[in-house]
Amino acid sequence: MQQYRIAILGSGNIGTDLLVKAMRSPHLTCVAFIGRGYTSPGMNKARALGITCSDQSIDYIPEHADEIDLVFDATSAKDHALHAPILKALGKQVIDLTPAKVGPMCVPAVNLDSSLGSSNLNMVTCGGQASIPVAFAIGQTHPEVDYLEVVSSIASKSAGPATRINLDEYIETTEKGLQAFSGAKRTKAILNLNPAVPCIDMQTTIFANVKNPDIEALKRVLDPIVEKIKTYVPGYKILVGPILDGDRIVVMVKVRGRGDYLPEYAGNLDIINCAAIAMAEQFAMNGGN
Amino acid sequence: MQKVTKVLVSDPSLRDGNHAVSHQLSADQIAKYCRAAEKARIPIVEVGHGNGLGASSLQVGLAKTDDDVMLRTARENLVNSKLGIHIIPGFGTIKRDLERARDLGVDVVRVASHCSEADLTERHIRFCRTNGITVFGVLMMSHMISAQLLAEEAKKLENYGAEAVLLMDSAGYYLPSDVTERIGALMDNLSIPVGFHAHNNLGMAIANSVTAMECGATILDGCSRGFGAGAGNAQLEVLVAVLHRMGIETGIDLYGMLDAADMAEQELLKEIPRISSLSVVSGLAGVFSGFSKHVQRLSTEYNIDPRDVFFELGRRRIIAGQEDLIIEVAAEIAASKKEQS
Ligand SMILES: NC(=O)c1ccc[n+]([C@@H]2O[C@H](COP(=O)([O-])OP(=O)(O)OC[C@H]3O[C@@H](n4cnc5c(N)ncnc54)[C@H](OP(=O)(O)O)[C@@H]3O)[C@@H](O)[C@H]2O)c1
Repeated sequence: MQQYRIAILGSGNIGTDLLVKAMRSPHLTCVAFIGRGYTSPGMNKARALGITCSDQSIDYIPEHADEIDLVFDATSAKDHALHAPILKALGKQVIDLTPAKVGPMCVPAVNLDSSLGSSNLNMVTCGGQASIPVAFAIGQTHPEVDYLEVVSSIASKSAGPATRINLDEYIETTEKGLQAFSGAKRTKAILNLNPAVPCIDMQTTIFANVKNPDIEALKRVLDPIVEKIKTYVPGYKILVGPILDGDRIVVMVKVRGRGDYLPEYAGNLDIINCAAIAMAEQFAMNGGN
Repeated sequence: MQKVTKVLVSDPSLRDGNHAVSHQLSADQIAKYCRAAEKARIPIVEVGHGNGLGASSLQVGLAKTDDDVMLRTARENLVNSKLGIHIIPGFGTIKRDLERARDLGVDVVRVASHCSEADLTERHIRFCRTNGITVFGVLMMSHMISAQLLAEEAKKLENYGAEAVLLMDSAGYYLPSDVTERIGALMDNLSIPVGFHAHNNLGMAIANSVTAMECGATILDGCSRGFGAGAGNAQLEVLVAVLHRMGIETGIDLYGMLDAADMAEQELLKEIPRISSLSVVSGLAGVFSGFSKHVQRLSTEYNIDPRDVFFELGRRRIIAGQEDLIIEVAAEIAASKKEQS
């Protein structure tokens, strides 16, 4: 089988965790780890792993265009908006881990097949990957979803500077994703960064106001979806629910990571990175280009 | 340090007070209080959901009055008093919330974060500066990190463009010596005004506010009758009287202030904030005062001792915004109780 060659742009928490995961994949070969400086812990780790590193940012890619099949962008939303047209002009398959939302939104447990045709896939957000499958199940079982709200808490340590500067885009993109996949009339996303030591596990709570809540029907649709997520994010777990608390449906999800770069508490890295790797493997298996 | 002779008083009764009534303040109540505050010449009147703009939610509580109506109502009723709002990045965004606040004529924006997460406020503070809106940075739950770290976080706010930095004792945990240490550290490291926002869980709100002022703080928060989360805030009419007795200028008319407080008691408050046994526990545990209504509701639901819930939340270092975890903690305590019996 021909190698499927990937490059990672962005050398922070997301980029470095993604690198470890890509190296584990039998379908992917990481040919470049690209940042904008050599001093970060991520760069050091990549070098120690023997990966080709560059500090040339997006400029590296046109110069090595025929060595790369797919680019993961793990910089910031603002940077991805600049990178996207360049990568498009080069005809590269792109998986965007920032909340820039340039391309269509992809949540593998829900729309893997229909995502395969897009040259730029947006992986929404960590909170989005954790909650949208639940939101989708709620939408499938309730024709009228008045309101959906998703609250995520992540450990401060796992949120790099790019995540922090992207907070507004996180909220906007998560809300749009929830809306698109559930059909809810209104959606709201909230993100907490918790500095507690020891670090807290990534946790996400989904609240829904629906007409005629049917918990049993929801469970029947949700259970197989959760099994599907677990095939690519083993640490995904429904902690509470679905339950009816007063007139609202509540589901709480916890995601433990594999501890590839940051320790297991950082499920927020795994939930989006595992989804991104799952998609990249699909492209690889489909023969790439 | 120069002796403080003048204090800028900011009144969040219509924002922090919303925590005490589960965010049910009506437009009519807002209008009435704004008129009274205007009459008393209170310099800044803050309105909003307890957690600020964009925070009305199932997580924290749905507001009876939406942000838009709250801001319009306050704007119509404030002339010389400035209209202030509170915003926590993670709840409120620039596009959805700050742009609208700007268009509705907000005068003062206070951008708040958990004490160790100042960098979340950078874009919001810069937005205010670019748009010519007065902006203060706020560090919440400020008892949770050391004085030195607080000073570092406060410095970030100054660098982003904040025109003042306030420390919130969101849990009502401080003793005057804590205030001296922390306000002192900010005074040593910042070149912008420093402020303090007290809660009264351990009966220290006025004493702590005075201590902050004596350490150089020139902005103080207080609420009529203490109307705020948990045991309430520094009781504003008392604070103003104390400051006046100390010869500090506030620009506030004392009779007007007392009238506003009487009016608030009659028209706004469901009950006068008091230091209940539970507030003492919440303060000792260092838990966000805004949690108290949720803890009480869930403890009744699960038939458990709310004091256990507060101490467990404190042990886990749960911060403002993590109301959903109260459900988890309550369920766990209930389960372990069942096991034991
Ligand atoms: N952390 C999470 O939980 C999480 C989850 C899902 C999605 N995300 C998204 O993933 C992205 C990265 O987040 P993060 O937490 O990993 O942040 P981070 O640690 O700050 O990582 C961003 C990295 O990108 C590099 N970078 C920034 N601009 C660049 C450019 N123009 N060219 C090349 N490299 C550039 C930075 O380099 P320097 O080190 O030199 O500054 C940094 O290493 C963000 O968009 C975030 O919203 C994060």
